[in-house]
Amino acid sequence: MNIEEIIKGIKERSPRAIARAITMVENGDVLVEDLLSSLDKEAIDRTMVFGITGPPGAGKSTLTGKMIGYCRKLGKRVGVIAVDPSSPLSGGAIHGDRIRMMEHSLDMDVVIRSMATRGRLGGLCASAGAVCRILASSGCNPIIIETVGVGQSEIDIVKIADVTALVSAPGLGDDIQALKAGLMEVADVMVVNKADKPEAQMLAVELNEIAREKGTEVILTIASEGKGIDKLYHTMEKIYLENEKKGIKQQKRIEYRKKEITDWVIEMIRGDIEKKIDSIDTDLDKDPRVVASKVASELKDVLVN
Amino acid sequence: MGEKKVYRVLIGKPGLDGHDRGAKCIARALRDSGFEVVYTGIRRTPEEIAMAAIQEDVDVVGLSSLSGAHMELFSEVVEALKKHGASDIPVIGGGIIPEEDIEELKKRGIKKVFTPGTPMEEIIKTFRELCENK
Repeated sequence: MNIEEIIKGIKERSPRAIARAITMVENGDVLVEDLLSSLDKEAIDRTMVFGITGPPGAGKSTLTGKMIGYCRKLGKRVGVIAVDPSSPLSGGAIHGDRIRMMEHSLDMDVVIRSMATRGRLGGLCASAGAVCRILASSGCNPIIIETVGVGQSEIDIVKIADVTALVSAPGLGDDIQALKAGLMEVADVMVVNKADKPEAQMLAVELNEIAREKGTEVILTIASEGKGIDKLYHTMEKIYLENEKKGIKQQKRIEYRKKEITDWVIEMIRGDIEKKIDSIDTDLDKDPRVVASKVASELKDVLVN
Repeated sequence: MGEKKVYRVLIGKPGLDGHDRGAKCIARALRDSGFEVVYTGIRRTPEEIAMAAIQEDVDVVGLSSLSGAHMELFSEVVEALKKHGASDIPVIGGGIIPEEDIEELKKRGIKKVFTPGTPMEEIIKTFRELCENK
C-alpha cells in the first residue's frame, strides 16, 4: 500500500489503510507528515475523545468493551486505543485488552488498536494524539482511549481526552487510597465498577466525598453484566457537550496541542542534546545540575538567535 | 524515532479448544524477545482472528490448536486474510499436529508448522525471520 492509497483508504474507512496509517505514525515513517497533513480537520474537531483510566484490575477493558457495544447500539462508529505497558527489559509487550472486545471483531464500524507505551511514562504512548486524529478522520466518533493500569501520576490521559472517567473497584485497597491524591482530583467522572460486590457501596460513599467538593459524579457499574454503561456514556457525552458550549473543550485541546508539539520537539532533538552533554560533561566532579545549566544556556543561545 | 523497528505479531487460538497455556507461553517468550504481541484469547473464529490481525497491522499471525481441527481452522485464517486483502501477512501454526498433516498445511499457505518439543528459540527465530522479510 502506498501513501496515496493509505490516505484515500482512511476516508473510505478501509481497515487495512487505517491500520497501516497507525503503524506509520508509531514507527515514525518518513512519510508520516504527508499522512497527518492530509487528515480531516473538521472531523477531528467534532470528535469526542473519551479516556478510561484506573488501577490494574479495576475492569477498564471490560468496561471499554461494553462501551463499544453501547455506542454501536446508538449507531455510532467507534475507535478504541488500548494502551499496554512495554517491558522495560525487552521492549516487548503483551496486548490482551482485545480479548474483552473480540465480539466486535467483525464489525467494520469498530476500530480497535492496541498500542504499547514504548518507554513513555504517563500511561499513554507518544503517538496517541496522532492516532486519535487518524481514527477521527476515518469517521470514528467517539474515540475511547484506555490507558495502562495506573497509579497516582499517570495523568496524561486527562490532557489528551475531552472527558476522562476514572474506574475503580472495591477490594483494590491501597491502590484506591493512592489515587485519592492524584487522578481523582483531575478526572471528570468517577466510576465504581464491580458494584455488585459487598464493599462497593462503601467505596462509593468515600468517593462521593471527594466528588462533592469537585462537583463530579460517581457512577456505579457492573461492566461484566453491562450494567450502568448507558449512564456512564451519557454522563460523559453530557460533560463533553457542556464543555464545548463553555469553550472549555476548545481550550483543553489548544493546551494539549502545545503539549504534543513540545513533547515531539524534545523527542526529535533528544539525540542532539545527548551529544551536546557528552561534549560538555568532561568534569565528573561537577554536580549534574550545574552541567545542565551550562548545556541549557548554550542551547538557549541558539534558540533565541 | 529512528530506532529499530518493533515487530508486532498476533497469537490466536481458532476453534473450540480451551487450552491456551501453550499459546500464552509463546506470547510471553515473544514479549521477552522484544515483540509486541496481540493475544486474542480462546475460542475465536478464523474470521475474527484475521480481522484482528488486519486492524492491529501485525507482521505475522501465529495460531495454536490442540483440538485436531487445525486443517480447517488454520487454512480458514489464511483464506480470511486473503479475502480482506491481507495475504501478505504470513501465518504459522503449532500444537498437536500429526506429521502427515504438515505437508498439506504448507500447501494451504501455512508457512511453518511446529509440533510439541520444538525449542522456543527456534519458534522465536521463525517469527523474527518472517517479520524481517515482510
